[in-house]
Amino acid sequence: MASIEIKGISKRYAGRTILSDLSLELRDGECFTLLGPSGCGKTVLLRLIAGFEAPDSGRILIGGDVVADADSGEMLPPDKRSLGMVFQDYAVWPHMTVFDNVAYPLKLAGIDALELKARTMRTIELVGLTHLDQRLPSQLSGGQQQRVALARALVSEPQLLLLDEPLNNLDANLREEMRFEIKALQQKTGVTILYVTHDQEIALGIADRIAVMDEHGNLRQIGTPEEIYEYPRDDFVFRFLGIANFLPLRREGDTLRVGQSSEVWTGMQPDKEGNMLTAGFRPSDVVLSRDGAGLPGTIRRASFLGAQFDYLIEIAGTLIRAALPSHVCIAHGLLFSEGDSCRVTLATVQWFEGQIVAAEKV
Amino acid sequence: MNTLTNARSKPSFGTPELLFMLSVGVLVIVVAVPMLLIFFNAFWVDGHFNIADVVKVLQRKETYQALLNSLILSGGVTVTGTLVGTFFAWLVTRTDLPFKKTMKLLFLVPFMLPAFIGALAWKMLLSPRAGYINRLFMDVFGFDNPIFDIYSYAGIILVETMYLFPFVFIQVSGALERMDPTLEESARISGADLFTITRKITIPLVLPSILSGALLIMLYSMAHFGTVAVLGVETGIYNIPVLIYEKIHQSAGSFDSIRTATVLATVLVITAALILWLQNRVLSKGKYQIIAGKSFRPTELKLRGLRIPMLIVCIVYIGLTIVLPTATIFLVGGLKTYGLPFDLENMTWANYNHILFEWDLTRDSIWNSITLGLASALITMFAGVIISYVIVKMKVRGKGILEFLGMLPFSVPGSVIALGVILAWSGKFGINLYNTVWIILVAYIARYMAFSLKANSAALEQVHDSLVEAARASGASMAQALRDVVVPLVRPGMVAAFFLIFLPALRELTVSVLLYGPTTRTIGVAIYTLNEDGETVYSAALAGIALIIIVLGEVLIKRLVTSKNGA
Repeated sequence: MASIEIKGISKRYAGRTILSDLSLELRDGECFTLLGPSGCGKTVLLRLIAGFEAPDSGRILIGGDVVADADSGEMLPPDKRSLGMVFQDYAVWPHMTVFDNVAYPLKLAGIDALELKARTMRTIELVGLTHLDQRLPSQLSGGQQQRVALARALVSEPQLLLLDEPLNNLDANLREEMRFEIKALQQKTGVTILYVTHDQEIALGIADRIAVMDEHGNLRQIGTPEEIYEYPRDDFVFRFLGIANFLPLRREGDTLRVGQSSEVWTGMQPDKEGNMLTAGFRPSDVVLSRDGAGLPGTIRRASFLGAQFDYLIEIAGTLIRAALPSHVCIAHGLLFSEGDSCRVTLATVQWFEGQIVAAEKV
Repeated sequence: MNTLTNARSKPSFGTPELLFMLSVGVLVIVVAVPMLLIFFNAFWVDGHFNIADVVKVLQRKETYQALLNSLILSGGVTVTGTLVGTFFAWLVTRTDLPFKKTMKLLFLVPFMLPAFIGALAWKMLLSPRAGYINRLFMDVFGFDNPIFDIYSYAGIILVETMYLFPFVFIQVSGALERMDPTLEESARISGADLFTITRKITIPLVLPSILSGALLIMLYSMAHFGTVAVLGVETGIYNIPVLIYEKIHQSAGSFDSIRTATVLATVLVITAALILWLQNRVLSKGKYQIIAGKSFRPTELKLRGLRIPMLIVCIVYIGLTIVLPTATIFLVGGLKTYGLPFDLENMTWANYNHILFEWDLTRDSIWNSITLGLASALITMFAGVIISYVIVKMKVRGKGILEFLGMLPFSVPGSVIALGVILAWSGKFGINLYNTVWIILVAYIARYMAFSLKANSAALEQVHDSLVEAARASGASMAQALRDVVVPLVRPGMVAAFFLIFLPALRELTVSVLLYGPTTRTIGVAIYTLNEDGETVYSAALAGIALIIIVLGEVLIKRLVTSKNGA
């Protein structure tokens, strides 16, 4: 098993900087997720580690060995890096059966026929494709092809497994199932996994640690899923991990007022200085009541989504979203209609300095 | 910025660059040098550029006449071929004609038959004095004059139309099949009658396909040698390729005749480029989204009372263009002497026996064509797959040049390629291949490279990069990834390329007729020269053998391709 060290990597394409001076360390045996919007350079980083691209500067070490060094021009080809990789489009070879696809890495490694057969069948079983080993990929569903790709990446027991959005094209149920399976596999085999995705739900669910990357290829925060989710370092990270509400506040003497209005902030006090602040919170952090304490708001849109009610609420000129469990709404008489007034309190608040405008429409 | 220059300044000459240089080298030698030599010879006189001389050559009566004839003939064939092709395409896609599927396949058969063999058959049937049909009418029905003289503009246009109309037929029937019928149905609902729909909706939508097919006919007819050479010689009708042939062949390499030929070739290249450019424009303009790749069930016009008459029209057409000429070839090939009536007592197997087993000339020609076809197909297939790989998959600069060079012969008429090859390989650069089989091979390679590039590029584009990368990540070296992943996936494309080259090479005439030597006749050349020498029965017998080989080849490729797709 292997650790990965990335030291000061830069990469350009056609004059455009994709990654600049990026450093990152993956511990031996952990499942590490690289989370970022599409086009942020996370796939490029994965390809640099795999050896399909050479860095313009910096070094990459796998298990303590230098595999790429821009200064010395050293570059270990992908086939010598003993890794397993699952591609976004599966890249299952259409002219080979499931068995041949999975057995290929072992065949190259010169494993003798008996052991090859045993190990291949074991891996096929592991990903739940028993009895399908003589099928051609064209006879498999997308999810099954996905598993073939995974089995092929695992069969030679690589030190390192690189996964590039492998669950993207699967339907929701299968995606969840595969997510658990990958996690279980990792615990069983102890392989180091680097998982690249733009889907925060998968990232939070699967990772031991997450790195959040912005659209310019900069790492914004590295930490455990809980840290990232509960203590986002900045609004980018906060925004990227789920629906984000931002409420602008201004300081007037000792009091905080909401937006441009005279409404006084009554919630918990900020842990940040400055005259302009922004309170960030999730829809699920919103606590509603008909009257009593809290900021006065007006319901602008009410939609019932089954397990929860989704309200769009205007507070002093700012629109926020609230998600309340249906049973709570029904038990406490919180079935609002459009135009109703309400009171808003917040269970937790993330404080950000300065004014932050919610980029996407609420 | 610093890192960028660093990365660039590193000496990078690996396998990609090597393959790239190799590919460029092959194409420059095989394609670019011959082409450049033609322009050089046409425009360069006594060490300087001379356009006045070119004009002088063009003003000569014979050159002028050849240009005019080329225009008349290809213009005529384009008009008639387009009309015939569009009519039959409409008939088999949009009406309730009986046996539509069979008819559709039968209309594609003329594509397999070499036009010059058709011309030969029609000469036997309709030549003014000896033609069997004309004689039938004169001897039996008492006509004073032959009913039709095939040695005329009309005759040549007629014969070429029979073999070139599939260009339009394929394009138009394809477009009509893929056209969404709701487009017409919605016009119907809006109150338009069938005539209005056809005029306002259907025709505008298929017009690009009609035009593009028409331009292909024109391109092919412009460059076509065989039919004009066979049918025009008696009455002195010649087009540009025929004049090039005469210049090269009859005046044994005098400077003036070579110059005239290069000027003619230049005109031909420019015309062909113009036609292809027009076709490109028509196609890019006509790329309506509504003609999708999907197959719809088009609304069929009920022919009612015309159903059977239309079927008869189709059957008669196929009978006249395919069955009659083919039968004529085989029957004449079996005659003891040309001109005898087709009675059983006049028939013999001796001709076939003679050309297959006794006569060196014909035996050699079959052998030459098969070996040349095999060699050029194999070489072009392998060179094509490597060059396509560089074009499609590799990140090297300047691969546009490769694409241009490789596709260039596609637009260059065969006689021009042959002329270029003569200029390049007749000792000018220390290598003299003239009169050897090698010069024909070089010309075939140049001519058919574009076929191979097309088939192989299409196959390679299907092989996604990640398939190779997955192999690399599995521990395969580049060579192993190529062997285990790329080659198996590209093999169908390579097989297709092989046959796309082998079959046309078997029946090639235009190029080889300019290049053949005493012992290097190909089947096409042998048929043509035997006919010229008046050995009509042997010529027909050899043509019959050629037809059998061609049809067997076509059947074989269909088998191979369908079984590959089935797997």
